[in-house]
Amino acid sequence: MAGVSLSTSLHWFAHDRRPDPSTHYVEHLLTQAKDQGRSVTADGHFTCNVNPNSLTYNHMVVDIRETNGADQVFHALADGTRRDIVRRTLECEHSVSALADLYPMSFAAVQKHVAVLERAQLVSKRPHGREQLVRANVHTIREAFELLERLEALWRGRIDRMDEILQHDQEKGGTP
Amino acid sequence: MTVTSVHKDPEALTMTVHASFGAPIERVWQLWDDPRQLERWWGPPVYPATVAHHELRAGGTMSYFMTGPQGDQPHGWWRVLEVDAPKRLVFLNGFGDANGEPDPAMPTMTFRVELSAGTDGATSMTVEIEFPSLEAMTQVMSMGMEEGFTLAMSQIDAMLEEGATH
Repeated sequence: MAGVSLSTSLHWFAHDRRPDPSTHYVEHLLTQAKDQGRSVTADGHFTCNVNPNSLTYNHMVVDIRETNGADQVFHALADGTRRDIVRRTLECEHSVSALADLYPMSFAAVQKHVAVLERAQLVSKRPHGREQLVRANVHTIREAFELLERLEALWRGRIDRMDEILQHDQEKGGTP
Repeated sequence: MTVTSVHKDPEALTMTVHASFGAPIERVWQLWDDPRQLERWWGPPVYPATVAHHELRAGGTMSYFMTGPQGDQPHGWWRVLEVDAPKRLVFLNGFGDANGEPDPAMPTMTFRVELSAGTDGATSMTVEIEFPSLEAMTQVMSMGMEEGFTLAMSQIDAMLEEGATH
C-alpha cells in the first residue's frame, strides 16, 4: 500500500474538454497552443493566427488571495457560458461579436457575461478597430485554481497520513 | 491499490474526496473514532492536532487545537449530527476563538463521511465537505493557508505525476 495514486477532476471548468488528469489545465492549454504554432506573449496571453498584429498589453498581475477578488472569480466561473468564454479566449482572442455568434443569446447578454468576467479580471478587453477583443487572463485563472488546490492538498495530506497509520499496523503485524 | 480522487464543485459548494484503504472497515473507522489516532492525521505535520474532547455520538461534540511552528494554536470543533458506526458520520466543523469556544464569525462546514467494506478486505471512504456559501468556501481556503495547510505546488505536481504513472 505504498503511495497514493491520484486523479483530479476539474470538470466544472470545461465540460466538453476533460483536462488530462495529470496536468494542470492551464498548463495543458499553454502547451496545446504552443504545439499548434500559436505564440504566447510574455505576460502569458495567446496571440492568434487570425490576428498576427495583435499587440501585447501589460496587465497588472493581481494576487486574488490578497484581495477580496476570490469570491468574484468563483462567482464569475459558476456559469457555463462564462466558463466557455474563458476557455475559448484562453485559446485565442475573440471579438465580442464573434463570441455572441457562438451562443443562443443576444449580443447584449454576451456582453454582460464578458463584463462579469472582466470585473473578476478573468478576461481583459482591448480595442481593435471598431471591435473589442477579449482574451483570458492566465494569471487570474491560475490563482483561482491554486485556491481550490489548497483545500485539496489538505485532504490529500490527510489521506496520506491515514494510510501511513494503517500501514504502520501491518508493519507491527496486526491491528491494535 | 489506494485510489484517491478529489472533486471540487464551486457551484454545489462541495468538495468530495474518495479514498480506498487496504484495511477492514472497523479499522478505518477507528481513525475517526479514537481521538489519539484522529490527532495523528487531522493536522498537517507543521500543525499537529491535539484532541481535547471527543464524544462521537449524535449531539456530541469534539474539540481540538493545532499547534503551529510559531506557537500559535488555532482551535476547532465538531458537532456530531449522525453516527452509524462503522459506516457513517455526519458532523459540523467550525473554528474556535482563543479560548476554544465556537467562533460565530467563522464559517461552519458540514462533513459527511461514508465508509463501505469491499470484498477484498479493503475499505472505501467518501468525505463530502459542504460549505454554507461561496464566501465561506473562500474564507476557509484562505485560512487554511494561514494555518500551514498549504503543500508546495511542486509537491502536488509530484503527486499528480505519480498518479499518472499508475
